[in-house]
Amino acid sequence: MAVNFVRPLIPKLATDPWAIQFDAAGHLKHLLTIEGLGSTWITRILDTAEGFMSVSDRDIKKVPLLRGRTVVNLFFEASTRTRTTFELAAKRLSADVLNINLSTSATTKGESLLDTLRNIEAMQADMFVVRHEQSGAAHFIARHAAPHVSVLNAGDGWHAHPTQALLDAFTIRRIKGEFAPLRIAIVGDVKHSRVARSQIHAFNSLNVGELRVIGPRTLIPNDIEPLGVRVYHDMRAGLKDVDIIIMLRLQRERMESGLLPSEQEFYRLYGLTEEKLKWAKPDAIVMHPGPANRGVEIESRVADGPQSVILQQVSNGIGVRMAVMALCMSAES
Amino acid sequence: MTSLPELKSANQLLDDCLQNLQWAIEQGQLNNPLMVGIHSGGVWVAEALHQRLQLSEPLGKLNITFYRDDFNTLGLHPQVAPSQLPVDIDGRDIILVDDVLYTGRTIRAAMNELFDYGRPARIWLAVLFERDGRELPISAQTVGQRLVLSPRQQIHVDGPHPLTAHIVTREEIA
Amino acid sequence: MIQNPPNLGIDLDPVRHPEGCRPGIDCDTWLIRGARVIDPNNQLDTCTDVYIADGLIVGMGAAPAAFVLEQAQQVDAQGQWLIPGVIDTWARLREPGQEHKATIATETLAAVASGITTLCIPPDTDPVLDTVAVARFIKRRAQLAGRARVVAIGALTQGLKGELLAEMAELTEGGCVAISNAHYPVRDLRLLRRALEYAATFDILVVIQPEDPSLAKWGCAHEGIIATRLGLPGIPVSAETAPLAQLLAIIAETGARIHINNLSSRAAVRLIEQAKSEGLPVTASVSAHHLWLSEMDTDTLCGNTHVQPPLRSLRDRDALRSALADGTIDCVISDHQPHESDAKLAPFPATEPGISGLETLLPLVLKLVDDGLLTLERALDALTRRPADLFGLTNSGRIELGARADLALINPDTLWTLDETTLQSAGRDTPFFGWDFRHQTTATWVNGKQVFFRADGPVMSQ
Repeated sequence: MAVNFVRPLIPKLATDPWAIQFDAAGHLKHLLTIEGLGSTWITRILDTAEGFMSVSDRDIKKVPLLRGRTVVNLFFEASTRTRTTFELAAKRLSADVLNINLSTSATTKGESLLDTLRNIEAMQADMFVVRHEQSGAAHFIARHAAPHVSVLNAGDGWHAHPTQALLDAFTIRRIKGEFAPLRIAIVGDVKHSRVARSQIHAFNSLNVGELRVIGPRTLIPNDIEPLGVRVYHDMRAGLKDVDIIIMLRLQRERMESGLLPSEQEFYRLYGLTEEKLKWAKPDAIVMHPGPANRGVEIESRVADGPQSVILQQVSNGIGVRMAVMALCMSAES
Repeated sequence: MTSLPELKSANQLLDDCLQNLQWAIEQGQLNNPLMVGIHSGGVWVAEALHQRLQLSEPLGKLNITFYRDDFNTLGLHPQVAPSQLPVDIDGRDIILVDDVLYTGRTIRAAMNELFDYGRPARIWLAVLFERDGRELPISAQTVGQRLVLSPRQQIHVDGPHPLTAHIVTREEIA
Repeated sequence: MIQNPPNLGIDLDPVRHPEGCRPGIDCDTWLIRGARVIDPNNQLDTCTDVYIADGLIVGMGAAPAAFVLEQAQQVDAQGQWLIPGVIDTWARLREPGQEHKATIATETLAAVASGITTLCIPPDTDPVLDTVAVARFIKRRAQLAGRARVVAIGALTQGLKGELLAEMAELTEGGCVAISNAHYPVRDLRLLRRALEYAATFDILVVIQPEDPSLAKWGCAHEGIIATRLGLPGIPVSAETAPLAQLLAIIAETGARIHINNLSSRAAVRLIEQAKSEGLPVTASVSAHHLWLSEMDTDTLCGNTHVQPPLRSLRDRDALRSALADGTIDCVISDHQPHESDAKLAPFPATEPGISGLETLLPLVLKLVDDGLLTLERALDALTRRPADLFGLTNSGRIELGARADLALINPDTLWTLDETTLQSAGRDTPFFGWDFRHQTTATWVNGKQVFFRADGPVMSQ
């Protein structure tokens, strides 16, 4: 059990950007960030997801909950994998799904982003699943969308990727049960990671024993400790006594912009190999939001090894996304 | 103030249902039936009937939350115990069990869900209580007790041990 | 040495009318009665009558001999403050080039409605203010509008590209009060050094906003806890201090008069403090919003707190406040950047930086006085006399006999709220909507002509 772990000291902003997630009755309407959900809503989403997991085990993997509703996957940033899981989740709830992929070059001006929004709204969409390269884009869309539309953030810039953090929490809960005794380490490019930010908020809301981030100074943002993490720059020290290791994806651009000298050096220092995995607890599990760069942040034998739960994360992702869609869509009446 | 109708005891209700079901099996109307209870009151009733009928195969449980047509107004219950149908239902005779048959909407949702699992040969509906107020053309084959109640009255079944039932009258809105 | 000529927005021909006032056309005679007349630099704080004629202050207390009281318009200004008109040395009016955002006509009205009588506009217009023709165009547009005096700050390099020097001597002869490269960098330090040397030859004031483009690249918020939390690309303090330190090293060699514009950080304040103590010819300004807002006000739902330089930590804000109070920072600017609404209708990092600041400049600075963080003397000095002296507007920013009659009448005790109805500027991009203020401009004179008068303000009579 970790001791003396500093709980987050997040200063209050003049305007809380997460308040917009709830409708007047206090029900979740949009999922834009983990912040502001608190353990009550997070637990509620995870519990709901448990119910939906059984749907995926049946011959007919579909329930009629969202029949007649239209879910629009609005992806301004290419991501087949994430889009597919949202699409599958929506289809298993019997919603109609429309995929719209837009390159951001066509919408660099804010006015055209709003124009796009209005055009799609005119198709009577009920929910937008939004991915955008700019932080705050999902908030922006939620603020300007028609009142009946729910917005799910499927990743905005470096800011948030709340369903990923929820499915990670779901996976951990299924395997480990309780959060309080756990030490979790997030390894790699935390600075540019919306996944890491959402995980930090989720795990702290769920009162994990200790949360660590591990990486070189170029990939760990300044002033991250107040969000409720301990910073380590050394893998051996950082992985000691850890129950959960979450490896982040390393983007190739990081080498070009001088944040790292080479993939090889990163792999040598921070790549999760079988040898480094031994530094953690013997029953530690290995997670990755995917898609993993084998040989860059993770060794294939670890990614495919007995401690890896990467594929469970993927299948859990569908249940969690079904839960979020069903909860947000039931708020509108 | 109207006087409440007398309810039979739980044991009496279960015995009456049991008799009717045994008769149906003997008559050949139900062939090696599979019992499925609707969460949550129906599961309690089904557990009791399943035990007394000594059916060989395990009891199935349906949670119709994801099939409700009033999802918009009632929202989503967070802790949904998942449906469990341990045996393939294709071509089988099914005894679908619920506590109260009222509007018929729950039964419609349950039948929709059953058909997502397979194509049963027959669905036989068994309920402890059948009351007036049907909104869909659905009727039960096995009924413990038939009642006529005012729209303000509802039958509440509690369980599983002991299984009890009582009528509650919603306060009139002044 | 070339003397900067007085640059008068309302003056058609400076040769024929050196005082910028054509009797009977631009000027009126006025008697402002009983106001509390405050000009700290003249040790003036007294209730008295002020007489205006021919665009100048011609008398205080008693009427001057030639003053014909019967022809003068009179204002009963008891209970109000009469202060020198505010000189805002860094305000974009968006004309020429971006008239869809605002125009000289709309913004000069917003200025005089908020006690500002002189506006210096940076050279990043379109076309760039690197020729006298553009400076003349701006002056003509301001004359047509007939509100505030508008003077130009010429370009340091041609097209602001940081490659070839602009004709800065000609620009200043043609009416520019200073030169600057606005927020465009001069990457080549040798060129910057030569530009400063050349400017020093003619004692031209050079305005520089220090920001290293590579350190600030993609950034939209102060690199700190809020940017980390919201996932906003950060701009480190070193994006300001690194180029500032370089610049100070060059100034030590060239001796050019440099005005550092729009400071945002405590570390930069320290550098200025040190440079001043070493006697370098450096002065500095801060925007009114940096004195009140910090990273804590970052509102990702609305781009109105996206400014450049970014709003930094509370510690930085407090350092800016005390530096203004002790004179390390010389003046306060509006950094006015009116935008059309679409410019702010985007995710926070994609919004255009800048806010509409004219109408909150004077009220925000006086609010610091109310809160005991600044003396009224220093507040008015930072808004009037100090910028006038720095930018060669030598007869403005003061109340004394013979000074230009650029005056603002302030009601010091009106509780008013900035909202959609009270904001005059074409740019609606202010984070101060809903803020309450106490000081309100009730009337404004530029060159002795009344250019603004609030309907519920002081009583006028003929």
